[in-house]
Amino acid sequence: MDFISILSIFVLACFVGYFVVWSVTPALHTPLMSVTNAISSVIVVGALIAAATAGSPSSKWLGLAAVALASVNIFGGFAVTQRMLSMYKKRERKDG
Amino acid sequence: MGEAAAHAQPAWVLLAYLIAGVCFILALRGLSSPESSRRGNFTGMIGMAIAVVTTLVVHAPRFSGAPDEYLHGSNFDFTTAGEIAIAILLGAGIGLVTARKIQMTAMPQLVAAFHSLVGMAAVLVGAAAYLNPEAFGIAVRVTPIASPSFVNIFPVSRIEMGLGVAIGAITFSGSVIAFLKLNGNMSGKPILLPLRHFINLGTLLAILLLIAYFTQDQSPWVFGVITALSFIIGFLLIIPIGGADMPVVISMLNSYSGWAAAAMGFTLHNSAMIITGALVGSSGAILSYIMCRAMNRSFISVIAGGFGAVASGGEAAAIDRPYKRGSAEDAAFLMAQAEQVIIVPGYGMAVAQAQHAVREMADLLKAKGVTVKYAIHPVAGRMPGHMNVLLAEANVPYDEVFELEDINSEFAQTDVAYVIGANDVTNPAARTDKSSPIYGMPVLDVEKARTCLFVKRSMGGVGYAGIDNELFYRDNTMMLLGDAKKMTEEIVKALG
Repeated sequence: MDFISILSIFVLACFVGYFVVWSVTPALHTPLMSVTNAISSVIVVGALIAAATAGSPSSKWLGLAAVALASVNIFGGFAVTQRMLSMYKKRERKDG
Repeated sequence: MGEAAAHAQPAWVLLAYLIAGVCFILALRGLSSPESSRRGNFTGMIGMAIAVVTTLVVHAPRFSGAPDEYLHGSNFDFTTAGEIAIAILLGAGIGLVTARKIQMTAMPQLVAAFHSLVGMAAVLVGAAAYLNPEAFGIAVRVTPIASPSFVNIFPVSRIEMGLGVAIGAITFSGSVIAFLKLNGNMSGKPILLPLRHFINLGTLLAILLLIAYFTQDQSPWVFGVITALSFIIGFLLIIPIGGADMPVVISMLNSYSGWAAAAMGFTLHNSAMIITGALVGSSGAILSYIMCRAMNRSFISVIAGGFGAVASGGEAAAIDRPYKRGSAEDAAFLMAQAEQVIIVPGYGMAVAQAQHAVREMADLLKAKGVTVKYAIHPVAGRMPGHMNVLLAEANVPYDEVFELEDINSEFAQTDVAYVIGANDVTNPAARTDKSSPIYGMPVLDVEKARTCLFVKRSMGGVGYAGIDNELFYRDNTMMLLGDAKKMTEEIVKALG
């Protein structure tokens, strides 16, 4: 991919982000933060490339460290979001 | 031999990363309502799985030699694969245990800690890319005649890498300070260095100039100094910001962690990372904007810091003014007679862990035919939406919980407003007193209710912003002095 196509993806994604985030209900702003935390750890892709590629041992170890850090975030972020979201319940209408 | 050629990836790989990116968009989209949110979160996990598996397949660890073969063949490097598995399992274990054990009141600290990890990961990936640029397809090997060959990183990639590492480092050190402040390891009071604006702007400028210079000279010292200065500026940027502004800071760092991921996505030409980075970056920016608006502060004034440092010089004597004090029985009587009660929770409720007692109280009132609603100010708590999570944890149905704009007009028709652990967000000085530091901030009009019950530990303490509240001395205000949880439990007893 050349720079311009990448830039296009980026700019369009910013607009998508803008509209999607405004539609998030304020009640879910904390889960929004924890889930954005989890997905921004997609940086693990770069960490995996560094860790898996032969050629530079120091690069590999930095990659492995980054894989571990990003994994904490991925698993922790999604799990804590799930935990929070499972607490949101509607009113029970049995008294009706 | 151009840049595009070095980045060539099979079409299915590009497609897989694009699908991962779309999954992340859907994950955020799901958060538009609690019903769809769980599915959304699940979609996010699928997106992450797609991104990780794709990367592992394309970049399966193998001994150098046959770069065009995937997986098959005898050159698969089991040792490295094992090490990667251990790194993932280690991280997964820590992450899952933390996610399960963490108290909901401590969510702001946890989120700050998670931000710091994203920042650090970005720095590490940037450093790895710098040390082994060929692995990332961002360099060409140049072999001049009669001298040893060297690796030349593309100038564009150097800028992207420099920016990614700089933003990552700022996110890391900034989040560490935010974590220490939120966790109480460090005072919430702003720390103001002399000439700090000068130092900060100078450092930022130096970082930008060095990134520009990096395109001309790829020596390690340039990369090292960029990284070091960025760590320092992240630290310097957050220490002058006071505790009251933490909701903005944490949203801002959220945004930074996104831009760091996006910059690394540019370096790696990876669409999943770019889409995610843009999403997270805008998400944090919008949340910062919402928080600033809720405090009537400009983003610049928050960043400049110092809020809450010079609190209420002349108002210290205000404590002697007369006020009405009530007991739990009085409160129970008033609320049981009411038609509608609006509960206004603040961070104090979270600190006292009173949310379960509050819900019990609301249940008893509802059984007596009283309408109970909750009113939440956007900056109640220490991060966006913090109160909503705490109430949800206490099994408060989310359709009884209302945002400021939706409920503020209702106070005038409400019999009792029960303010628990909130202070600044109810302060009428924000509407009337031009000299008040919170002047102009939208507040909940609790004083318009027939009676305002104010649960507070003692008359002496002031809010997070360090200012006195006129409301305490009003005729229709009754102060319930005591621990928020104990007081609410006593009311529950009196109601039962």
